[in-house]
Amino acid sequence: MNTKLRALALGAAISVAGTATIAAECIAPANPGGGWDFTCRQIGKILFDIGQVDQPVQVTNMAGGGGGLAFSHVVNERGDDADLIVAASSATTTRLAQNAFAGMTADQVRFVGAIGADPGVIVVAADSPYSSLTDLTDAVKAGEDISFAGGSAAGGFDHLKVLQVMKASGIDDIKAVKYIGVDGGADAVTQTIGGFTTAMTGDMSEIVGFIQSGEVKALAVLTEERVPGFDDIPTAREQGIDVVAVNWRGLYVPKNISDDQFSAWADKLQAVADSDEWKAAMEANGLAPFTKVGGDFQSWVDGVVAQTVELSKEIGVIQ
Amino acid sequence: MELLDNLATGFSVALSVNTLILAVIGCFLGTIIGALPGLGPSNGVAILIPITFTLGLDATAALVLLTSVYYGAMYGGRISSILLNIPGDEPALMTTLDGYPMAKQGRAGDALVISGVASFVGAFLATIGLMLLAPYIARLAYKFGPAEYFALYLLAFSTLGGIASNNQAKATMASLIGIGIAMIGQGASGTARFTFGNLHLLDGIDFLVAIVGLFAVAEVFTFIESHGKSSSIGVKLDKVRIPWSDLKDSFGTMIRGSGIGFVAGVLPGAGASLGSFLAYMAEKSWLGSKGRFGTGDPRGVAAPEAGNNAAAGGALVPMLTLGVPGSGTTAVLLALLMTLNITPGPTLFTDRPDVVWGLIATLIIANFVLLAMNVPMVKVFVKILMVPPAILLPGVTMISFVGIYSLTGSYFDLLLMIGFGVMGWLFRKMDIPTVPIILGILLGGNMEDALRRAMTLSDGDPTYLFSSPIAIGLWIFAVAGFLAPLYFRRVIKKPQAITD
Repeated sequence: MNTKLRALALGAAISVAGTATIAAECIAPANPGGGWDFTCRQIGKILFDIGQVDQPVQVTNMAGGGGGLAFSHVVNERGDDADLIVAASSATTTRLAQNAFAGMTADQVRFVGAIGADPGVIVVAADSPYSSLTDLTDAVKAGEDISFAGGSAAGGFDHLKVLQVMKASGIDDIKAVKYIGVDGGADAVTQTIGGFTTAMTGDMSEIVGFIQSGEVKALAVLTEERVPGFDDIPTAREQGIDVVAVNWRGLYVPKNISDDQFSAWADKLQAVADSDEWKAAMEANGLAPFTKVGGDFQSWVDGVVAQTVELSKEIGVIQ
Repeated sequence: MELLDNLATGFSVALSVNTLILAVIGCFLGTIIGALPGLGPSNGVAILIPITFTLGLDATAALVLLTSVYYGAMYGGRISSILLNIPGDEPALMTTLDGYPMAKQGRAGDALVISGVASFVGAFLATIGLMLLAPYIARLAYKFGPAEYFALYLLAFSTLGGIASNNQAKATMASLIGIGIAMIGQGASGTARFTFGNLHLLDGIDFLVAIVGLFAVAEVFTFIESHGKSSSIGVKLDKVRIPWSDLKDSFGTMIRGSGIGFVAGVLPGAGASLGSFLAYMAEKSWLGSKGRFGTGDPRGVAAPEAGNNAAAGGALVPMLTLGVPGSGTTAVLLALLMTLNITPGPTLFTDRPDVVWGLIATLIIANFVLLAMNVPMVKVFVKILMVPPAILLPGVTMISFVGIYSLTGSYFDLLLMIGFGVMGWLFRKMDIPTVPIILGILLGGNMEDALRRAMTLSDGDPTYLFSSPIAIGLWIFAVAGFLAPLYFRRVIKKPQAITD
C-alpha cells in the first residue's frame, strides 16, 4: 500500500512541478457502491464531461475507520496536493466533531463545497396516532414513552437529528427520548412499521419506497424549503421547530493548498452544480438541491461542527 | 395467470444472447471467487461493480452479472471446504465439518456432487420462494424486533457447544473468544472499544481476515512445521460419479435445510452463515444418534449447502421488497441498484416489474448453469486445487494475501491475518475447534446490538426479552438446543463427533 501511495504521491508531486496535465484524483473513503463512491464517480465524471478537467478523474477507494483512514492519509501524506479531492458528507463532520478519527480535527483539511443533499426526514407507521411533528414532541413533553430508530449508531447523525428536534421544541431533558441505531434507514423503517419504535429518522432516499407505498406517514422533512417531488410533506420549520439537517454530499481538499487552488476547486464544483448532468444525477438518486461552495461552505461546516460538539457533550458521547 | 405472465416478461428480458453470456461468465467467475479462500461473495461483487460501470451495462445486465457471481460464489465456497478444509467463504464454514472428513475417506467426489446438488435444491427452492412469496413473506421482517433477534442469536450460540462434542468446554471457550473479538471496534454504542486509538480497528475485525488466518494461514504453518509430511492437504480425487443412494438419503435433509436457510435469509440480520449453521445443527439433532455428523456424513454436507444457498436467495426478499440488505453481499447489490436509479422497497415489484422478473428469470437460469458447472464439470474447478501441496499452499497463501488486501487496501489486515494464523496453528495443537471462533465473530456483534436495543427500548427491563410469542418460542428452542447434546451424550455414552 505504502509503495503504491508513494508512487501516486510522487506522480502528483511531479505533475505540480512539471506540466499540470496529470489526472486529478478523487478519494472515496469507502468501498465501491456507497454514497462517497457515488460522489467521487459522479462529480469526477461530470467534471471531465463539462470540460473542467483535462483528463478523467481517477477514483481511489480507501475504506477504513469510517473515513478516518483516508482523512489521516490526506492530512499526513498529501497535505499540499492540489490535484486531490476527497468525498465527504455529514457523517465526516459528525465523526470529526465527536473525535472518532483518533484525535484529528475538521480544521486539518478545507471543506470546499457541497452540491446536493439527502433531506433528513421523520416518519411514523401509517397506523400511528401521531400525525404531525408537534404531536410527537407534545407526547414527549407529556411524558409518553417515545422511541426512535435510525440508521446510524447512537450519537451518530440520525440520532443528532432527533436531539436537535427535541431541543428546538423546548424539551430540556433530550436524553429522555429513546433512540436505537440499526443497520441502515430501511431497517429502521421496518422496526417502526413493526411497532418496535414510535418513529424513524433517516435520509429521504433510504425510504422513498415506503412513503410512496403508504406504509409510513412522513411527519416532517428537515430542510429549509419543501422537497421537490414531495410537496405534501411539511418542513419542521413550518411546524415551528427550527431544524435543518441534511446529509450533504460534497468534497474536502488538503489544508496546505493555496487560496487560488482552493477557489479553483470551488468554481469547478459550482460548474458541476449548475450542469444538467448533475441535476439528472441528483434526481436519479433522491438528492435535493443544496449548493454551498468555497468560503461559505467552510463557515457553514464550522457552525455544524460546533453544534455537533455541543449536542454530543450534552448526551455524553464525548466529554 | 398473472404469475406466468410475469415470468414470461422476465424470461423475455433474461433470454437474450448478451445476458446469457453474462450469466455464464458470472457463474464461472463466481464459482472461482467462492472457491478461493479470502475472496468471498461480498468482495467479489464489490470488485466487479466498477467493471459494470466501465462496460456501461444497463440495469438488467449489471444485475444479471452480479447476481450470477453471487450465486456462483455460494456454490463455489464448498469446493475448498471439502478439498482443503479451508472454507472458501464464510457461509461454507459448516461444510468443512463433514465435507473434509468425507474427502479424507476418499469420497471427495461424492461430497462435491452431493453438496452441488444440495446447493441447487436450496437455491432453486429459494428462487421459487422469492417468486411466489416475496411480497407476503417480507412482512416477516416486521415481526422481528430486538427481543426476537436476540433470541435468534441466542439459539445459534446455545447449539454451538454441540458442534465439537468431544469437548464442549473447549467449543464454548472458542465461541467466547470469538464473541470477545467481535466486541472490538465501534459497535452500536458509537464509542470505540479495544481499539487502542488505532483507526484500523475502528470498524472491528473483518471475519474474512479471521477465516483466512485461522484456516488457510494456519494450514501453511502446520505444513511447514511437518516439512510437508503430515499436511492434510492433497486429497485425491480420481473419478466423479453420482452417489445415487446418498443423494436419496439426503433428499429430506436438503428440503429441510432449504426451508431453514430461506427463513434465515429472509430475516435481515441473520443471513447465509446463520442459515447454513442452523440447517446443520437442526439436521444433527433431527437425526440424533442415527447421524454420524462430524465424521463424514453425506447429510452433513447436504444440510449446510442447501441452507446457505437457500439463505442467499432468501436474502434477496428483504433487499428487493424492503430495501433492507440481509447480508454483506446484498448490501453491495443494494448499493448497485441505487446507483442504477432503481430504489428497492415496497413499490419495486409494481414500479419495475422488468427488473424484478428479469432478475428472477436470471436466477433460475443461473441455477441450471451452476448445476452443470458444479456437478458434471466440477473437475475443472477441482483441478485448480489439485496441484501438489508444495505449489498449492504458496498459491493459496498468495491469493489470501491479495484477497484480504483488496478488502481495505491496508497492510494492517495482513498482519492481523498472520496473527490469526499463529492462533489457529496453536489451537490445532491444543485441539480447540476454530469454527466456533468464526461464528462468535460473525454473530457476536449482532447479538450484542440486539440486546443493547432491547434494553434501550425497555429501560433495562429483562422481561422485554420474553415479551412476544416468537421470542418465547425461540427461547424454548434455544434451551432445548443447549440441553439436547448433553442428553444424547448420556444416552449413547460416547462422543459422536470429532473435531477437525
